[in-house]
Amino acid sequence: MKARVLIRPKEGILDPQGKAVERALPALGFEGIGHVRVGRLVELEAEDPQRLAELCEKLLANPLIEDYEIQTL
Amino acid sequence: MIWGVIQFPGSCDERDALHACTLASGEARMIWHEERDLGGVDGVVVPGGFSYGDYLRAGAVARFSPAMEAVAEHAAAGKPVLGICNGFQVLCEAGLLPGALLRNENLRFVCRQVDLLDGQETLSIPAKHGEGRYYAPEETLDALEANGQVAYRYAPGQNPNGSLRDIAGVRNEAGNVLGLMPHPEHAVDPLTGSTDGLKVFGQLAERA
Repeated sequence: MKARVLIRPKEGILDPQGKAVERALPALGFEGIGHVRVGRLVELEAEDPQRLAELCEKLLANPLIEDYEIQTL
Repeated sequence: MIWGVIQFPGSCDERDALHACTLASGEARMIWHEERDLGGVDGVVVPGGFSYGDYLRAGAVARFSPAMEAVAEHAAAGKPVLGICNGFQVLCEAGLLPGALLRNENLRFVCRQVDLLDGQETLSIPAKHGEGRYYAPEETLDALEANGQVAYRYAPGQNPNGSLRDIAGVRNEAGNVLGLMPHPEHAVDPLTGSTDGLKVFGQLAERA
């Protein structure tokens, strides 16, 4: 089964990458865009999607600093 | 005391760490990351660099190496473990130390001499990293301070990466596992400006 894992910095944790993107936008003529957060997208194919959460907890995300969301396709 | 220095693919400070350990206590040897046996060393250094390319997150893959299993047992037995820079990131990812290291607040790689406060004295030690912003939830930070687990702080005004509460290094509750972002192994010879790094190795050896 194909799956997609979205990983993003936890709420409340400073995301300097998102801030840098946000600051660059007005110079390019994009106004009115805020709260930019930059995360990661992992695409994979799993024989047993039941174990994806465990995979996320152990390796793909660091649960102390990141939230993850599994989307099976 | 014999130190062992773990060498991962992508480590780059393991030779300086080996040299520093030899100066600090007379004997040290390199341990390849595929070794499951630490060969009876008394203390272990997890050195700086970019283990396994730091893919995914710094230290995230290195923690699964056979040598790290042995390091976890070594730590559980109360013996000294020192994680420097990438080694600190590995120890946090492995759950041997609390917290995590995030991208520097200003997104720049920092490379400069910093002053570290260890509670009694000030140590002059170089820092060089892109992901050194120490983070832990507020209640964890409070507990670390209450237990005396904050080993080193950047001197006022010198925090190079946005670390919470100026934390440069922490130890575990038992005190035998220590991690810090600056590089004590690069401060062991007067030729390069400071020998304060040797004190870090000495302080950990004494505690464990």
